[in-house]
Amino acid sequence: MPSDTETRATVGFFATCLVDLFRPSVGFAAARLIERAGYRVVVPRAQSCCGQPGYNSGDRDAARRAARRAVAVFEGFEHVVAPSGSCAAMFVHHFPDLLSDDAGWEGRARALAGKTCELVDFLARVAGWRPEAAPPAAGSITYHDSCAGLRELGIREQPRALIAAAGAPELREMEGPDICCGFGGTFCVKYPAISEAMADKKIDAIEATGADTVVGGDLGCLLHIEGRLSRRGSAVGTSHVAELLAAGSGDGMGGD
Amino acid sequence: MSAPRDDILGRIRAANPGPEVPVSPGPVPARGRGEASALRQRFFAGLDMAGVSHATVTSWPGVGAEIERFLAEAGPGGGLVASNDPMLEPCGLDRLPGLRRGAPEAGDGVSITGTVAGIAETGTLMVRSGPDIANALHFLPDTHVAVVDAARIVGAYEDAFALLRAGGAPLPRNVTLITGPSRSSDIERILQIGVHGPRTLHVVVCDAP
Amino acid sequence: MHADSARFPDNVTAARRDPMLLGALQRLQRDARAGRAEVIARLPEFEALRDAAREIRNGALANLAANLERFEENVIANGGAVHWCRDAAEAGAAVTRICREAGARTVAKGKSMVSEEIALNAALLGAGFDVVETDLGEYVLQLRDETPSHIVIPAIHLTKDQFAETFRDAHDALPEDRSLEEARAITDEARGALRDVFLRADVGITGANFLIAETGSVVIVTNEGNGDLAQSLPRTHIVVTGIEKALGTVEEALTLVRVLARSATGQEISAYTTFATGARRADDAAGPEAFHVVLVDNGRSDLLGGPKREILRCIRCGACQTVCPVYGAVGGHAYGAVYAGPVGSVLTPALSGLETAKHLPEASSFCGACEAVCPVRIPLPRLLRLWRQDAFQAHLGPTALRWGLFAWSALTAWPGAYRAAGAIGGRVLRLLAMGRPRLARLPFAGKWTGGRDLPVPEGGTFVGQWHRRRGK
Repeated sequence: MPSDTETRATVGFFATCLVDLFRPSVGFAAARLIERAGYRVVVPRAQSCCGQPGYNSGDRDAARRAARRAVAVFEGFEHVVAPSGSCAAMFVHHFPDLLSDDAGWEGRARALAGKTCELVDFLARVAGWRPEAAPPAAGSITYHDSCAGLRELGIREQPRALIAAAGAPELREMEGPDICCGFGGTFCVKYPAISEAMADKKIDAIEATGADTVVGGDLGCLLHIEGRLSRRGSAVGTSHVAELLAAGSGDGMGGD
Repeated sequence: MSAPRDDILGRIRAANPGPEVPVSPGPVPARGRGEASALRQRFFAGLDMAGVSHATVTSWPGVGAEIERFLAEAGPGGGLVASNDPMLEPCGLDRLPGLRRGAPEAGDGVSITGTVAGIAETGTLMVRSGPDIANALHFLPDTHVAVVDAARIVGAYEDAFALLRAGGAPLPRNVTLITGPSRSSDIERILQIGVHGPRTLHVVVCDAP
Repeated sequence: MHADSARFPDNVTAARRDPMLLGALQRLQRDARAGRAEVIARLPEFEALRDAAREIRNGALANLAANLERFEENVIANGGAVHWCRDAAEAGAAVTRICREAGARTVAKGKSMVSEEIALNAALLGAGFDVVETDLGEYVLQLRDETPSHIVIPAIHLTKDQFAETFRDAHDALPEDRSLEEARAITDEARGALRDVFLRADVGITGANFLIAETGSVVIVTNEGNGDLAQSLPRTHIVVTGIEKALGTVEEALTLVRVLARSATGQEISAYTTFATGARRADDAAGPEAFHVVLVDNGRSDLLGGPKREILRCIRCGACQTVCPVYGAVGGHAYGAVYAGPVGSVLTPALSGLETAKHLPEASSFCGACEAVCPVRIPLPRLLRLWRQDAFQAHLGPTALRWGLFAWSALTAWPGAYRAAGAIGGRVLRLLAMGRPRLARLPFAGKWTGGRDLPVPEGGTFVGQWHRRRGK
């Protein structure tokens, strides 16, 4: 915990299922960044899924249940932050829509939407935070813009600004960083052939940059890209932007 | 009235219980606005971009001379046919050997027509059909020579329609905005000029005082 | 291939094995991306024009009944006729009747997606008319008995060599020694063959990009000039189009023209934007004596009254197809429908029923690239999601998925249990991985591991560890 700065406000941290179950280290890195930006981080135990699997599979009722639960758990915080554009977009855009015909909940969903942010958007835009310049890290990266963060939340410059402020590593833009990697939640197992073809195009673009690591803001995309990179025998690594920035801020990873 | 008509309109009305709503067209881009000289420059730039050759003459009889020069240089084969557009009357087209007036025929290689307007926005011509103009003149021959009155180079598509409809004139049977020669990218996205319409479009602008 | 959306999953497999198709799609997507960016960079008002275009189309839909009535009135006042058709059969019958009454033998057809939708060629050929598609791409497709695979570039799936081969087979008069290696030579071959069709055709059929109520005009936007020849030379001009295309004014159409070609082909404007108003006038030098507009509903009025109404804003630019990574991976024919890609995946269930077309709304990663380029800002992912909801309610999806979702939803209601189950799952994966970071194979997860290794969880859960470490 930073002791040298005054704590600005409390952030309710929504870990997302994939971070919670697959990559806790990304959650710790994200929480550490929020703390470095001067906020107190609270991780409610009562959180679970934002409801995307049901929502995108047509199970609106299940999605509404998930939305109500998330609203109840997170509405008391001054800010809510998630290390994922697609989960944050559920809070920001889809909960108000899902609960729009629910008089008791619509206003609450809108209020929550207004204070929920994706991680790097929160750090760069809301907190106005910039990482301290780090000693140049070895290697180079390329950045994949995940679809929901980019097109539903307008996250494009924010991660690049933070990476640039850190001074390292070198960012090599790929052709079409905004083109979908083919993950798409349940889409990747409904149509694996299409999903893999999309991943291959993405990986071709990644490899063409010669970068050592592909960085992104959504763990779903990253696990999908990692799985395909590994199957192709590629040497390119993957990293969540939170890990990159937390490492660049001289913090190391992990709990404490 | 037919049953399908009533069915369809009934279903539409059921889907739209509200009153009619006002609708406004979108903004006219800045490139369609400006002084005459700027518009003229933009018109020429648009023609260049669309692959249209052009020449400017300073008198109406000069139009015929320019077309004669163009035909001698470009040397398209086939018959030569022009519309009866009054705009072409002072152009001295009679100097062109073998010129016919009226509708185009299969063997015609070149057509000469007037235009309603030149449009700066995209280097576009507005042409029309009428008692004096068979519409196919703009599309059938391999080469189309279009005469533009510099005084009728306007900024935007809307301005050209305003000229055409001045005084509440009804629209002719055909009005076409032409931008460049006929083209297609249907084969492997390779641009081909001259598919069914003209391969060559030559514009003669008459800037007579 | 004919409309059979039910075979989408099989069609995907076939498409992925067609290197020529995949090469064509890759070229299309790369070129179009650059082309669109370039043409938009030259027009600072483009985003404002998209907003205006959306509102113009919304207004047109709100005023549709009145617009259509005024359009009809003005077509009749200009010597034309309007035919209202509820479905494909009525539309096919109307066109056939008009051709018959015109004493037609040859029919020259300009490009029209609605005519594909109502299978017009089959109806006219069945009635004994010689129907010839005159758009270069559509013509080669007709010779090959194929359907368009893209709204504006119908033969995008074919190579130059396939064009050449088709003409060699079909054109008896083509000398053996004439080279058709270059696209230019192929184009000239088609131009020559079709010139004769325009000159002898008794009827010309075109589609419509817009109808204009205040004037009774039909607007077509084309590049080749075939639509203009087809509506200028024959004695009869028939327009076949959907009811949703009616606008109020010429100016509304001009705004849409500004976004149409830029979105469709990366051009500032197509070569020809033609307004046709009625039949030839008494003193006109030339032009068709008869002018008929066949208005086709075919499910549109139902869409208008439902939650997917916004799809009717569509101006058929094809940008959503061109940009879609799923379309780019499988091509248009895989969809087994008249309209492929995102717009098609919204329209097809309405046209041919959700049961047949249930795969199409699923064929999207919801990446939103379509909505991002749509000139009239149709929220395509949202509309696709609405179809998924309809399919879920109708129990059209796989039972396993349904049960999976049920279990997931039930479990996430109990965060402690959910996390404990997740942690156990993670432990199992770690045991199976035996220290490796990823699994190459996993029972019951073949849909993932068939083409991807499965990254193994780090162990534990974030929320659990956080509270253990932070003691809160």
